[in-house]
Order: sequence, then structure tokens, then C-alpha cells
Amino acid sequence: MKFSEKWLREFVDPAIDTQALSHLLTMAGLEVEELDPVAAVFHGVVVAEVLTVAPHPDADRLRVCCVNAGGEPLQIVCGAPNVAAGMKVPCATVGASLPGIEIKRAKLRGVESNGMLCSARELGLSEDHGGLLALPADAPVGADIRHYLDLDDNAFVIKLTPNRADCFGMLGIAREVSALTGAPLCVPDVVAAPVTLTEVLPVSIEAPDLCGRFSGRVVRGVNAGAATPEWMKRQLERAGMRSISILVDISNYVMLELNRPNHVFDLDRVQGGLTVRWAREGEQLVLLNEQTITLTPDCGVIADTAGVESFAGIMGGASTACTLDTRNVYVEAAFWQPDAIQGRARRYAFSSEAAHRFERGVDFADTVVGVERVTQFILELCGGEAGPVDDRITALPLREPVRLRPLRVSRVLGLPFGDDAIEACLQRMALPFTRDGNDFIVQPPSWRFDLRIEEDLIEELARLHGYDNIPTHPPIGRLAMPELSEGRRSASNVRHLMADRDYQEVINFAFVERRWEKDFAGNDTPVVLANPIASQMSVMRSTLIGGLVDNVVTNRRRQLDRVRVFEIGRCFAHEAQAVPVPGFAQTLRIAGLAWGAAQAEQWGATARPTDFFDVKGDVEALVLPYQAAFAPARHVALHPGRSASISLNGHVFGFIGELHPELVQRYELASAPLVFECDLEPLLGSAVPAYQTVSRQPAVRRDLALLLPRSTPLSQVLEGLRSASPAIVQDIALFDVYQGKGISDNEKSFAFRIVMQDTQRTLADAEVDATVDQLVMYAQREFGAKLRA
Amino acid sequence: MSDLEALVLQAETDFSAAADAVALEQVKARFLGKSGTLTELLKGLGKLDPDARKTIGAAINIAKQKVESALEARREALRYAALEARLAEESLDVTLPGRGHSKGGLHPVTRTLERIEALFRGIGFDVADGPEIETDFHNFTALNTPENHPARSMHDTFYLEGACDVMLRTHTSPIQVRYMQAHVARHAGAATMPEIRIIAPGRVYRVDSDATHSPMFHQVEGLWVGESVSFADLKGVVSDFLHRFFEADRLDVRFRPSFFPFTEPSAEIDVAFPSGPLAGRWLEIAGCGMVHPNVLRHCGIDAERHTGFAFGFGPDRLTMLRYGINDLRLFYDGDVRFLSQFR
Repeated sequence: MKFSEKWLREFVDPAIDTQALSHLLTMAGLEVEELDPVAAVFHGVVVAEVLTVAPHPDADRLRVCCVNAGGEPLQIVCGAPNVAAGMKVPCATVGASLPGIEIKRAKLRGVESNGMLCSARELGLSEDHGGLLALPADAPVGADIRHYLDLDDNAFVIKLTPNRADCFGMLGIAREVSALTGAPLCVPDVVAAPVTLTEVLPVSIEAPDLCGRFSGRVVRGVNAGAATPEWMKRQLERAGMRSISILVDISNYVMLELNRPNHVFDLDRVQGGLTVRWAREGEQLVLLNEQTITLTPDCGVIADTAGVESFAGIMGGASTACTLDTRNVYVEAAFWQPDAIQGRARRYAFSSEAAHRFERGVDFADTVVGVERVTQFILELCGGEAGPVDDRITALPLREPVRLRPLRVSRVLGLPFGDDAIEACLQRMALPFTRDGNDFIVQPPSWRFDLRIEEDLIEELARLHGYDNIPTHPPIGRLAMPELSEGRRSASNVRHLMADRDYQEVINFAFVERRWEKDFAGNDTPVVLANPIASQMSVMRSTLIGGLVDNVVTNRRRQLDRVRVFEIGRCFAHEAQAVPVPGFAQTLRIAGLAWGAAQAEQWGATARPTDFFDVKGDVEALVLPYQAAFAPARHVALHPGRSASISLNGHVFGFIGELHPELVQRYELASAPLVFECDLEPLLGSAVPAYQTVSRQPAVRRDLALLLPRSTPLSQVLEGLRSASPAIVQDIALFDVYQGKGISDNEKSFAFRIVMQDTQRTLADAEVDATVDQLVMYAQREFGAKLRA
Repeated sequence: MSDLEALVLQAETDFSAAADAVALEQVKARFLGKSGTLTELLKGLGKLDPDARKTIGAAINIAKQKVESALEARREALRYAALEARLAEESLDVTLPGRGHSKGGLHPVTRTLERIEALFRGIGFDVADGPEIETDFHNFTALNTPENHPARSMHDTFYLEGACDVMLRTHTSPIQVRYMQAHVARHAGAATMPEIRIIAPGRVYRVDSDATHSPMFHQVEGLWVGESVSFADLKGVVSDFLHRFFEADRLDVRFRPSFFPFTEPSAEIDVAFPSGPLAGRWLEIAGCGMVHPNVLRHCGIDAERHTGFAFGFGPDRLTMLRYGINDLRLFYDGDVRFLSQFR
């Protein structure tokens, strides 16, 4: 909402300066977003008349003008294209000061110039620099332009919250300022027009759930071509509206002044009478803005016998719009039910001043005042004769009295608020009330749609008291220790683990390219956004891998050759039985990606690319104290021979592997990143440690190298050996893998360290040897293993 | 000076002159070897009478001990010098960098969220979570924002194809609703419901994208519901938080009336820094208010007996202010050169 400070001060004029007024509004909830003087700081500019215009002897683009600025005629050189004899313009006389310019007597290309004729931009009025600012023909020569154009004014822009629709007009803001400052409110004097016609346009309201009140009157014999007075134009312009024609300007002016949207129909273009009703399916309407819309039955309309004339409460139609030739009009002001207007304009992708107000609620008591105010201006500025006001009331909102309990006020705000203070506030806000015991019974006014319950009134008291004046005190609560489960860790712990293992956390968008879902998850049925912001952000991700791969792509473009990133985020999929939102699984997952060298480039370490087992080590560390199982498993995004599922207790919860060579090529990565992704939840479990006695007996270590067929997976051998071990075997661990020279091509060698120990006694050599023999025999039998020499 | 004293002196001089262990052993032989000077003197004792043998023998032995200890001292000195030489040989350039894995880092917004969590846990807040695809009921209706309410146009909402009653949550406030419902169910039948004190951080979504708006960003919701929670408490908690978060006692904080459908009274929170590039400017940083009684009722809480406050901060904005970051888009761009500055 934009408005002129001077206009506001006509309604209410508190003894505070502009900055204080701005602060007052902001701290009352009417946030001042912009505050600018309507003109630049300047002086010495007066109204002047151009008497003669002659060419400049030495410059094609300059003219030599003789100007009457109130004293002796002045010779002024001017370059504006629109300068013409007889026009009235602002003239900066010698000694005047404008932004960046001091006006002195000067010679322009050899011709003396005693001042400067000004454009709107030079006066800081607008950006218009196309030519001189043309003033009305009756502008008094010699008058100070600041005074004549009323430039000692400021334009306020306030950001209104949806609950304060009453402040979409000067009257509402003025009421607020009056309540806040105690300065008296001066409401414009609306005089009922003399009724000299008897004509009443037939109106029928078929839908009270659309229109609660409809007031209107006929005015005949108006001059729609009359000029809009300068003061009205100025207020409109300072409120951010353009002057269009007298009837439109009057209508807009009354809307801004009283926050009373209204409409002026061209009566001669209305066929028969007006019917207020819901639209019929498929009805079409050409709006004032020339947009053609097809209506649905939940849109309100005003129709005549020829069809739909107006989108009720939102925008008039083109067919009954006033023109400069209009002679007879119908002035209308209605109360449209907010829920009959809400969302309708947005559905057709436009907004209007009327819709903005009606969908939030407009005073339902002032429709007749609105019609009279419009009539008053029409009769005064365009002439004409008025018929009686036809005021039809069908269904007005109820304004239930609200009970306000002083104790509740104190409890909610946290400061004692006495009866006297409450009473004073209510009086300043002009809210009528009665007393019922200790309580106040407050009657909300017709223009406030936001005062329905006690809390609404408590907010009013707080605003008037000033939020700054409410104490800031440390709260009091009962102390209780938080639950601190040692058997569980937080997502934050997992993040720190990843960071400690040289991964950088990233946060990628949850909406991704459709192609990523296909490439990285083989997902043809992703969750699709109905209104994506861009096509590359059109579906919800079911995997985090796409984003991580994209991180490599962008960082590689920025010349990085080693990228290690991870993300924890939700992944989305269709799932009918999902909890808590049926239809959509939204699992928290963690994914990591390592690309480039295994270690950052450094001295004394041979550089080698990251491989599967580096990342597997990271995953194993993440799962600790549990041991995850890894089994060969295919994944659409991974190298089929270098990918595995990750499971805990037989439950698969993730995957790991090298990115598929085709994807490496498609995303131009030069080398394959290693990735893993798994559900976060299983990683958050963590066992409470349980103590086991440490044996005091010496441990014996034996190394065992076995030759095995190349296809035998380690996990089988290790599990088998462990299961075949007697109790004295404490640990069997792999410490070397060898393939190549010295053994046949279809064999490999696993070297195991076997640790044996008894809790009660020292082991005898014979027992140790027998155990090793037993394991060798087992491996020979089960896996065809040979003891390596 | 006696001959013996001269002999000892000679030995000490000769030992000192020996440059290494081999030379020293050769010098030793001259004094203590089979035909060394001292050995010869001892051999000659037999020819003396017993009294002279006793006194001279004792003198020779003293001289011999002196020579031996001089020898040992020289041996030790040589060994020490050799060790010194070897260690000098072995010395490292200790200014070379250490080896091994470097460390990754957390996202700057995560840092902020962790700080926020730590501060609120300190006064007994729990951390809650909720879904990002949310129902219309939880995102709007239960928060006192019925369909067509003008406040809905404050949020440009992402909807999903083929599903009319769900959306990407536009704020973290629906977590309030879910938490309160669960809390009420958990304590159904109890004489008094324990207080609710939670914060709920998370990602939220709005159809908006420019230098100051990202279609995905973060919020932290806060909620305290109890039998005597007031607006003054809200001011206390939020001011305390902002001073602790920015580690600035002189930070100015103000509460300004505003509107949210789910709080009444409502406020915007502005801060102004005493110094720095934004010094003295009021910066909008959060929204807050007393939980609207309709919201409490929607969640099954007696709004007459309980009051509460709620607030919503933008951790992205807090992060930008904290670290002087000027472009929100950097957070979601995955640029490791940017992100790794927050280790």
C-alpha cells in the first residue's frame, strides 16, 4: 500500500515528524518498506511561461527561449524537444539549486542563458526525461513549484499483512495512527447527493453466499470527458496509480480514500437490469484488462440480460466499461463474501485491487457511504443528476462480541495489564465495549475481520502498549534430564564421522532431472512435481547419487581433480502404505562419493586412485561397532563386477560400488567415482559395550597361507574357517592376498593370521599344531585349498 | 712431580689425542697392555723389599686407576661423539607436512543447525523431525490456514502430480502439529500434560529462486507449550538465543507486530549488529508468536489451560550473517572450494 504522507495527515495529524511516523507504523505492524520524498531536494524553481522560441544560431538541438518567470522576461537556452511558445513549465532561475546542479548565468554556445527549464527527472519527480514537465495552462506564473505542485511530501509504502485489509485505504491507516497517537481522526465529509431522478435500475441478488449487500444508484447526464483535477491526479500518482479518465479516477480515489472498492457501469450499455449470481459452467467474460476468461460455477458474476458483465468483486467487464463518451452511469458498491472471492483471481493468473481487498474483507457497513462519495465527486466534477440509492442487504457477516479477560491478557503477555490500561486502549482504538464482572465485552467494528477471539484483542492491546514495552524475561521451566540413549547416536555423529574420513558435506536440491532418476536409480516412475521451477528440477529424487555425481561434474569444471562428498537427505518414492504420509515413502539416506586420488596429493606417498576397498573401509567404519556384510549385487548405476549390497543381520540397507563405465562416459568424469548409499536409520543404532575378561595366558600366533581357486570369495573361506575352529582360536584375520608370479593363473593365495589362546592355561605346542592341521584339512576338504609352500 | 704423576698426565694427554676407538685402544696398550708402562712397573714390584713394595705398589695402583678412568672417560666421549654424528646424520626436515588422510567438513548450514541445537538443548529443548512431503492438513489446515485463506498466497507451494492433498512442506511448522498430536496421545489420561519444548530443523520448499531465495532452504521451528508460557518468555528465549548464537552481547533485537495464521499475537524479529558491514540496519530474521488457540485445539490441547509460543528461524540467513556470506545460492551449488572453508 502506497500513499502520500500529506494525504494521511489530512485524516490525522499527530505532532510527530516523518521518521517518527514511519517508526510508529512499523512498530505497530504496518511495516514501512519504503519512504521517499516525492521530489528531490531543490529550491528556486518557479512556474514560468515560455513566451517565444527561436533557433540557436550555433546549435541545431538548442533553442533560445524568452520566458516569463514572474519578473523581467528571461532569455534561457533549452535543449528539450517539446519546448513550445505558450507552454507552462518549471523554471530554475539563477541562484536555484537542484540535485547536482547550481544554476548560474551562463553562455551556451555563445548565447546567454539565465536559468534552466526542467524535466520531471531534474526535479526528482520521476524518471521521465523525454522533455520539459508540462504544467497546466492555469498554473500561476512565478509561483514556487514546490508549493504549486505540493512537493513537500513523502511517499510511504507499507507492507500489509493479510489480516489488516482495513488499512488498504487512507481511512484505515488514519484510524490506526489515531489509536496509536491519540491524535483526533478527521473523516471526510460525505454529503448525500440531492436526489433529482426517480429511476432505479432493477437489481436481483440470487446468491447471498456471494453478495451480502449491493448498493447502487443511477446518475444521468455526466460529462465523462471532464479533466481530472490536479489534486486528485496527484493523490492517485502518489499512491502508485495512473490517472486514466475522470470516472475511473473517481472510482479509484474513493477506493484509496475510504478503502471502499466500487464500480461505475456505463448505464446505456447495461441491458435490462443486473443479476448477481454464480457463473454457469463455461460462461465467458471479457475483462476490463481485455483478458477473456471462461468461468466455473464457483465464480461470482454480475450479469444483465445480454450475459455476464462483471467478475464479481474482482474486475469489471469490457462490455459495460465507461468511456469518454459515457453519459449515464450506474454507481455500485457491494459487500462480497470473502470466501466467494478468495483464490479466484489467482486461479486466472491475475490480481486486482478489488480482489485483493474483498478476499481479505471490506467494511460491509459503508457501501452507501461509498456510493454517495463517488456520486459527490461525479456531480462536482462531471455534472449530472442522481437517482435514489438502492441498498439491498442479503447476508452480512456477524460480529460476535468478544469476551476479554484481564487475567488472561496478563497471562498471555507476561505482564500485568490493569483494567484501566485495557479500558484506555479500547477507547483509543474506538472499540465499543461493556463490562461483565471483571471482563470486557468488546464489539468488533464492521471493518475489522481479524478481531474474532480473545487472542486477537490481546494482540491489539500488545500492539498499542508496544511490543518493546513487554518485558524480556528468562522463562521458568521444570528441569528434567534429557533422555540420553547410549545405544543410539545422532545423524550429527554420522556426519562428523564422514567429515573425519575426509568427506565434505553437501546439500543438494531434492528435486532433480528426470534423467538422473533413470540413470542412477533405474526409476521410471519418480514422484513428479506438478509445478517445477525448471525442467531440470522436475522430479523428487529417490537416490542421492545423482546430486553427488553432479557435484563432481561442477567441481571438475572448476579444475578440482579430487572430490569426496557426502549428503544426508530424504529420498522419495511412491508407496501406498507409507508412514506418516500415505502414498509417499520419504526415507532419510546417506550417500558418499570419492573420486580421484585415494589421498590428497602429498609427498612421500605414492598417488593411487581411490578404489572399491577404500570406500568399503569408510562404510565399515560408519557401521561400527557392528560388522556389515557385503555381497556381490548388481545395481543399475554401478559396474556389475564391482558392486555390492550392504547388509546388517541379513537386512540389505544399501549399496556400494564403482560407477558404471557408461555413466562415467555420459557424465564426462574421466575416471570412475566410487559411491555408496544406504538408509540412515540402521547407522544410528549403536551397542552399549559389554565387558569380556581379558585372558592372562600367552597368545600364540600362527600364519597360514592357502592356495585357493580364484573364484572363491574370501567371506566363504573366512566364515568356514571360523565355524570349524575350536574354542581356543580367538581370531582369524586375512593379512595378505596374492595372485600372479609363482602360482598358477587360476589360483590365488590368502594368508591368514590365526591367534590362539586359552583363558586358563598355556597352550601346548602339540595342541596348537593340531588345531592348525585341523583348519588346513578343513580348507582342503571344503574349498580344495592347498597349503602354500 | 713424581714419575707416576707424569705418567698419568702423559696417559691423559695421549688418550685425548686418540681420534677414534681404534687409536685409543693402541694408546691404551702403551700404558696398560702386557708390556705397557704401568704393567712393567707392577712387574718390577717383586724385586722390592716388602715395605717399599707396599707403599710403591699402592702408588702404582692409584696411578693405574687414574689411567683406567681416563681411558673410560675418553671411550665414553668418543662413543657419545659417534652417536651425535649418527643422529645428526638422521635428522629430518620437520617443516615437511604431515602425511595421511586430510579431513572433510560439514556444510556451513549444518554448523549453524548444530549450534542452534546445542543452544536449545541447553535449556531443555528436544529436537523433532517430520516429513518433507506433507499433507495439506498438516501444512496449512491444522495451522489455522484453511483453503483459499489469503495467507496461503504468502507461500508459493510446490504440489505433486496426481496428488491434490499433499505438497512439499512450505515451512517446518507442520512438525509442531505432528509433535503436539503425538505428545497428547502419549500423555492421554495423565493429570497434567508435561511441557512441550522442541525445535524442529529441516528443509522446506517454495516456488521462488533468485539471489536471496532458493526453492529449497532451511527452517528451524521452535515450540514451547506449557501452563504458564507468555509472550515475555518468548522474547526472553529468542533474545537470549540471538545473543548466544552471534556471540554478541551488544546485538539489538526488536519484536514487531506481524501476522501468521498460526500465532496470535504474532511478531517479526529484527536484529541490528553494532558493527560490521550491516551495522545499525534492522534485519528481519524470524517470525514468532503465541500459538493460536485453534492450532492447540487441532492438536487436542486444552487452549484454556495451556499457552505456548512458536518461532521460525531461517538458518540459511543466520549462516550468511554469521560468516558474511553474500549469496544464498552458494549453499546449494556443491562448490567444494566454498564448502571446505567451514571445516
